[in-house]
Amino acid sequence: MSVPPNSYRNGPDIRGHFGGYGGRFVAETLMPLVLDLERAYAAAKDDPAFQGELASMLRDYVGRESPLYAAERLTAHLGGAKIYLKREDLNHTGAHKINNCLGQILLARRMGKTRIIAETGAGQHGVATATVAARYGLPCIVYMGEVDIERQKPNVFRMKLLGAEVRPVTSGSRTLKDAMNEALRDWVANVHDTFYIIGSAAGPHPYPAMVRDFQTVIGHETRAQMLEKEKRLPDLVVACVGGGSNAIGMFHPFLDDPEVAIHGVEASGDGLETARHAATLTKGSPGVLHGARSYLLQDRDGQIQEAHSISAGLDYPGVGPEHAWLKDQGRVQYFSASDKDALEAFMLLSKLEGIIPALESAHAVAHVMRTAPQMAKDKLIAICLSGRGDKDVFSVANALGERI
Amino acid sequence: MSRISQRFAELKKHDRAAFVPFITAGDPNFDTGLALLEALPQAGADLIELGIPFSDPMADGPVNQASYLRALEAGMTLVKVLELVRRFRKNDKATPLVLMGSYNPIHAFGTARFARDAAEAGVDGLLIVDLPPEEDEVLRVPAALHGLDVVRFVTPTSDAKRLRTILEGASGYLYYVSMAGITGTRGVQAAEVDDQMARLKGRTALPVTVGFGIKTPEQAADIARIADGVVVGSAIVERISANRTLKRTQMVAEVIRFCGEMAKATHDAREGGSF
Repeated sequence: MSVPPNSYRNGPDIRGHFGGYGGRFVAETLMPLVLDLERAYAAAKDDPAFQGELASMLRDYVGRESPLYAAERLTAHLGGAKIYLKREDLNHTGAHKINNCLGQILLARRMGKTRIIAETGAGQHGVATATVAARYGLPCIVYMGEVDIERQKPNVFRMKLLGAEVRPVTSGSRTLKDAMNEALRDWVANVHDTFYIIGSAAGPHPYPAMVRDFQTVIGHETRAQMLEKEKRLPDLVVACVGGGSNAIGMFHPFLDDPEVAIHGVEASGDGLETARHAATLTKGSPGVLHGARSYLLQDRDGQIQEAHSISAGLDYPGVGPEHAWLKDQGRVQYFSASDKDALEAFMLLSKLEGIIPALESAHAVAHVMRTAPQMAKDKLIAICLSGRGDKDVFSVANALGERI
Repeated sequence: MSRISQRFAELKKHDRAAFVPFITAGDPNFDTGLALLEALPQAGADLIELGIPFSDPMADGPVNQASYLRALEAGMTLVKVLELVRRFRKNDKATPLVLMGSYNPIHAFGTARFARDAAEAGVDGLLIVDLPPEEDEVLRVPAALHGLDVVRFVTPTSDAKRLRTILEGASGYLYYVSMAGITGTRGVQAAEVDDQMARLKGRTALPVTVGFGIKTPEQAADIARIADGVVVGSAIVERISANRTLKRTQMVAEVIRFCGEMAKATHDAREGGSF
């Protein structure tokens, strides 16, 4: 490997590239919009009025800051490093997704857009988008794969309650990637009035950087809270990675602290040795999908393969471009946890801490179940508990063969 | 002179617009796809756009998406797309052929190797929907090396500043997307296109073809009066889909009959008309 950069936090460059990743691989029809968005976001980012409004909504509407909770019984059970949970599950709507949605809808209003669209996998981003759209009185259409609609029924109903229209996507594998295809098709057909709120740190520039910026509130808080509680930084920071928005938000503020190890955890579904997984960084290769160059699950001919995970939010054959770059740089290490591992972590955290985690977040917990016992007791781990698991109780019951 | 420039020059001499059919390579399978491709010039095709099948085409409507999937299920790969072109070129040295599609299959193939192999197979140009000028250098450079045109899109959202970016480095011809949207959805509005053509013609000498939403001979004629080429895609693909259970010869005959009607409408549009 070459000499590391002076900072891991300077990306992307002016063309939206993180090293060889990212960029703006979109239809020409969308280019003027993407450039518009980039200009509008750059202006908003430096505008104290915008940042002030966002901060006040994050406090009073989302309920930030979210606690950094010392998981004593989990720590004792695993018998190694001391484990903290960054409680994004306690946010309004139950996950980290709202941090980004709030930022983007404020930007949409600033740009005079009057119609909101979004894609969703687990439904958490769809719910968060429907929520902010309701709050600001904008019509909202959420694209969701038929398969995901089936396994995330509670969230589908929540979106409807919030006044959003959920459009089932029947093409392809009928999951998150297809929902994103469909949302992009909607955007291209409704360029004049529509703002596309992308939920992951993926898509064409400026989305990966913008979503990251809105999510770094997670890492900034964690950093400050850890310094306050322990007077030092954690030794290890862990988050699950699907598209990678909670992870990049958690990781980014720690990237230039060499003493902090950073682990991303992908979903290995039925196992890395099978064809049924969603471990894009671990098993994929670079390619171009949904507006950016990044790692993808694809065959030799560049056809996109279907991802699989018990968790709909990780069931995506791509990953945000900044993660691809961080992997190649070696700054972040990426691991994986299987459906089975995640289920075990889901139940363990529920029983030991009284916290039912989202199946997505359970992947991060599963990784810590393996790592913490290998670490000394004076070491500190911070896990991003990106969401709560209420939405998952049906799929978990199903996986366990129980009827509710 | 490239096959593309030569063809547009000939058409101009005769005051005719080009009829540009689009089909997906290997839809519904390699052999039928080849039979269709070979029959297109006789049906009046002046230039052919051949779609590269892709699993996740963002810019396409349901009709073209389904055709890509049929081709993929029949085992099409980019290697086989080039093989199809090679077979076509055995008997047709004159009709320009442009490959259209998404970037990822080319990225996986390797851009430099692809440009070389495509040129060798007899491809004349590339029309890659998710490579805007900001990102197309990676393909434009090897393409130029092998004499391939990289055709660029102009859309209703292209303002004056954007047009400057698009025109700089454009070659072959321009593809004007008649509406902001995906392939094969709304019908084309000739009046809207007319305004844009006037704007474009003042700024470039490149021929301009118009596509997206041209489904009937009347629409083809309307566009033929104002543009250098009329691209018909989904309307043809729809007929491939609808007739795919027929015997190969019958199916090809059905599709070609429709192409012939569209070609005639395109070619006859200007006679005694406003031009």
